[in-house]
Amino acid sequence: MDATTQHEGEAIGTPEKLAEIMQAKAEHQGCGTSGGSGKASCGSSAGQGDLPTEIWEKVKNHPCYSEEAHHHYARMHVAVAPACNIQCNYCNRKYDCANESRPGVVSEKLTPEQAAKKVLAVASTIPQMTVLGIAGPGDPLANPEKTFKTFELINRTAPDIKLCLSTNGLALPDHVDTIAGFNVDHVTITINMVDPEVGAKIYPWVFWKHKRYTGYEAAKILTDRQLQGLEMLTERGILCKINSVMIPGINDNHLVEVNRAVKSRGAFLHNIMPLISSPEHGTVFGLNGQRGPTAQELKALQDRCEGEMNMMRHCRQCRADAVGLLGEDRSAEFTTDKIMAMEVNYDLESRQAYQALVEEERVAKVAAKQAELESLAGEQSDIKLLVAVATKGSGLVNEHFGHAKEFQVWELSTGGAKFVGHRRVDLYCQGGYGEEDSLETIIRAINDCHAVFVAKIGGCPKADLIKAGIEPVDQFAHEFIEKSAITWFKDYLAKVKSGEIEHTVRGDAEIRQGALISAA
Amino acid sequence: MALKIVASQCTSCSACEPECPNVAIFEKNGTFVIDPKKCTECIGHFDAPQCAAVCPVDDTCIIDTSYPRYQPPA
Repeated sequence: MDATTQHEGEAIGTPEKLAEIMQAKAEHQGCGTSGGSGKASCGSSAGQGDLPTEIWEKVKNHPCYSEEAHHHYARMHVAVAPACNIQCNYCNRKYDCANESRPGVVSEKLTPEQAAKKVLAVASTIPQMTVLGIAGPGDPLANPEKTFKTFELINRTAPDIKLCLSTNGLALPDHVDTIAGFNVDHVTITINMVDPEVGAKIYPWVFWKHKRYTGYEAAKILTDRQLQGLEMLTERGILCKINSVMIPGINDNHLVEVNRAVKSRGAFLHNIMPLISSPEHGTVFGLNGQRGPTAQELKALQDRCEGEMNMMRHCRQCRADAVGLLGEDRSAEFTTDKIMAMEVNYDLESRQAYQALVEEERVAKVAAKQAELESLAGEQSDIKLLVAVATKGSGLVNEHFGHAKEFQVWELSTGGAKFVGHRRVDLYCQGGYGEEDSLETIIRAINDCHAVFVAKIGGCPKADLIKAGIEPVDQFAHEFIEKSAITWFKDYLAKVKSGEIEHTVRGDAEIRQGALISAA
Repeated sequence: MALKIVASQCTSCSACEPECPNVAIFEKNGTFVIDPKKCTECIGHFDAPQCAAVCPVDDTCIIDTSYPRYQPPA
C-alpha cells in the first residue's frame, strides 16, 4: 500500500466495503504513468475556478474535460462504430496493433449489446469509471444506428454514466436532436481547419449525400457542416470540445484562426494535439515524411490560443477502445470473451461511495496548493520555467524515475504552477538495471525542463540528468505536485537572487512517436 | 457485371453495407461480400457505385469482370 491509499484510509473510516474499494483503488492508481497501450489525459483548468456551476457539474467528473478530474476519474471507449465517412491523411484504417495507442486504432469491434455489457463489467470493476465515449474507430455518426442503440442500452442499465461522442462533424447537423435526446452532454468535434484550401491538404475526400467529393469542394462541405453542427450543439447547451491535429507546415499557424472560429461559436474547450506520424503506420503523412511538432512548437501554439477559452493539455490521444484513467489502458482486461464470461453485479451504491472518497482526495489536493500559493504572494520575477514530474496519479509525486512511462510537465512562475502537458518516454528501468539508450530518450523528451520531480532515483541516471542540466528532485516523494513544485520554485528564485545559480533558458524537447509497448 | 470486394484489402469497417441501394452487401467470415445477383453497380440509383465511393481502401470495391454488364430494366 502506498501513501495515497493510506491517506484515504484515515480519511474515510472503515465501512464494510472499504477493503474491497481500497483493493480496487490500489489496483487502479492514477493518471499518468501506469497501464498499457492507452494514453491518458487531463483537461481544462484545475478547480471550478470561474466556471458557471452548471458547467462545472458537467465537467468535474469527466476526465477529458477537466484536467484535474482526469487524475481521479476514468473513461472508456467502446468500439461500436467502425465505418467512416471521410478520409484523413493522418489515418490508416488498415492498422491495428494491441501495443499501439492512438485514435482510430482498436483491437476488436463490438455490437451495441456487447458494448453495453462491457460498460457494466468495467463500471463494476473500476468504480471511478464515470464516462462512456464512442470515438470510432470510424466515426460514430457514420454509424448512427449502432451508436444510438449503444447509448439507449446504457441509459437503461447504467443511468449514472455520462455519455459522450467524438465525431468529424460531417454528419453532425443531421443528428443533433437525437444526441440531445439521449442526454449526451459532451461532444468532441475534430476540426483541423476552417479554410478549405488548408483542408484540401488534410482530407483527400469526404462521402456526403451519396457522393464522394475531393479537394477544395470536400473540405468546404466538411468545414461548413462542422461549424453548423457546433452551433447547433451549443444552442442546445451541449458542451463541445474541439480537437485539432497540429500538422507543421500545413495548419500550425492556421489553428489560431480555427481557435477563434470555434470560440465564437461557443466551444468550451480546445485540444490541440501533435500529429502522430510514422512510416510504419502507413498513413499518407507517415509515408510522405510529414513530421509532427516538437514539444516547444506545440506548447507555443497552445499558449497562443489560450485566452478566454480553456485549452486541454492532458490529452493522451487514446485508442477508440481505451479503458481506464487517461494515461493507462486496461482494455486487455475486458476483451469480449472475458466480458461475456463475467458475472456482472452493477452496484450503484459502492460506486457512489468510492466517488465520494475521490472527492475528499481532490479537496485535500486543492487546499494544499492554495496554502502554498499564498506563500508565493509577494514574490516578483519574470522567470518562467518547466519542470517534469513522475507520477502515478492522485496529484502526487509518487513514481520512481525508472518506472515512469510518461512525465507530467508543469510551468512555474510567480503566478503559480500550471499543468501544460505530458511527455511519453520509454521505460528507463527494465529488469532492474537501467539502459543508457532509454535514459537518452527520456532526456530528449524532457530536455526543456529545469528539473524532474521523482519519488526515487538511482545514482547513475541522477548524474546523467545533472550533466544534461536537469536537476533531479527527490525530496518531495509522495507529496502533492503543485505544492512541491511551488516550494522548489521559491527556493530556485531565492538562489537566483542570491547569485548562487544563474537562470538559463532550456532547449526544445521531442514528442515521442510510435507504439507504446504495454509490457512493463 | 457486378462489383466485388477484394477480401484481402477489406478492413471490415462496414461502411459499404448500409450504402448499398440493393441490400447486396453482407458480412461473411470477417469481411464483407457483395451478392453479384443483387448488385446493379448502382445504375439507375446513383452516379457512382456507392460501395466504392465510401470504401476507405482504394481498389477494394472493384468491377467483377466475370459477370455480364448489368442491364437496367427498360
